[in-house]
Amino acid sequence: MTDRSEMFDRLKGLIEPFNKKGTEVGEATTFAGDLEWDSLTVMDFVADVEDSFDIIISMNLQAEIENVGQLVDAVTKLTAA
Amino acid sequence: MTDLFSKFDALIAQREGLLATGVKDPFSLVMEEVKSPTVAVVNGKETILLGTYNYMGMTFDDDVIAAGKQALDEFGAGTTGSRVLNGTFQGHKECEDALKEFYGMDHAMVFSTGYQANLGIISTIAGKGDYIILDIDSHASIYDGCKMGDAEIVAFRHNDVEALEKRLKRLPSDAGKLVVLEGVYSMLGDVAPLKEMIRVSKEAGAMILVDEAHSMGFIGENGRGVAEEQGVLDDVDFVIGTFSKSVGTVGGFCVSNHPKFEIMRLVCRPYVFTASLPPSVVACSAASIRKLMHNGNKRAHLWENSKNLHQGLRDLGFQLGTPNAQSAIIAVIMPDLEKGAAMWAALLENGLYVNLARPPATPAGMTLLRCSLCAEHTSDQVADILDRFERAGKAVGII
Repeated sequence: MTDRSEMFDRLKGLIEPFNKKGTEVGEATTFAGDLEWDSLTVMDFVADVEDSFDIIISMNLQAEIENVGQLVDAVTKLTAA
Repeated sequence: MTDLFSKFDALIAQREGLLATGVKDPFSLVMEEVKSPTVAVVNGKETILLGTYNYMGMTFDDDVIAAGKQALDEFGAGTTGSRVLNGTFQGHKECEDALKEFYGMDHAMVFSTGYQANLGIISTIAGKGDYIILDIDSHASIYDGCKMGDAEIVAFRHNDVEALEKRLKRLPSDAGKLVVLEGVYSMLGDVAPLKEMIRVSKEAGAMILVDEAHSMGFIGENGRGVAEEQGVLDDVDFVIGTFSKSVGTVGGFCVSNHPKFEIMRLVCRPYVFTASLPPSVVACSAASIRKLMHNGNKRAHLWENSKNLHQGLRDLGFQLGTPNAQSAIIAVIMPDLEKGAAMWAALLENGLYVNLARPPATPAGMTLLRCSLCAEHTSDQVADILDRFERAGKAVGII
């Protein structure tokens, strides 16, 4: 559980610079709906996450990630590999 | 019943809102007469064309038209068949021979459109477990080729060599990798740093595909494109191109030196499951490609036009997509869609046609007035174009 909350905190930190509207970020927060990110913001954010964890989040995988919780799961899995 | 069209409601509303402001619909223009590669009649008015991909002005070339007429007489109006069944005529082979000679490559495959060439080659060569690494600003045909195939898709920031290199290094070293690049990106008209990108891609063991749609015939000593210009064409595994730009007809192609390339004719579905190009089109294309090999003077004049237009628009105070003229495309950045549409309409009223480009086709949500020059534009026409931009820009309040 600690690992998961650490991962959440780290990703939340990466979300903040793009969270222009100051939306409250939780596991269920969606990128397109709640954060209102357009494709450009998504691209910049994904690049930041990739670089800070030294991973690749393919566009195929991105298509399946709609909310923060799913991103936490995906990055946890990718960094464990 | 759920109306399947409800998903388009936002776009329909946006379009209606735009038309309600009184501007003409920028996406339903009709050319009533086409007088030359640079002049057409639109709404009964003689109009300078500055928004076609007719870079080398081959559409009205006497030899090109004569070749097409002869093929129409000798081979008929169409092939009514796939390239792999009854749809390969002498003209298709001659067209592929012209391409092999133009690029100095061993293999050439002609598709019915450039879109299908990207769709077919990309979706076929990168399969399950392979990776496609592409520039985020890639053309729709590249994205659609990715979507149609089973590979993992990895995007990197536009023209960013370091971002490409980092991503390549994170991929499994033994996985199949295809890096997809474009010579000229068609929205802003900017050129890719292919030399560096190809170097890092080769170091990572990737194969490289370069789409040279907007550079063929114009960039590079022999008009082979940006890879030739930067001295790295030999390191490119697949060049994708089109006939609907400098060649002046319609169709697409892939050229390659890969020893097994010919197998593509059997496994590439957008090549197999569609009708081949009509005999007149391949005859026009072959004649045009052969003429494009020896067009040094026209290339020089096109560069002159591009540089003059870029400088002139900048002097007038317009914001441009590139700091200098990098190709035959000059993109003028508009403050928003409304202003862009108003400027587009004002230019048309002044007898000048340009492309209005908007998201999602454009990068960074920009609205662009995209100008593409032709080697047949005279210096006087370029001066005239600048004059019309000045009048329209002042009328709309952009400059």
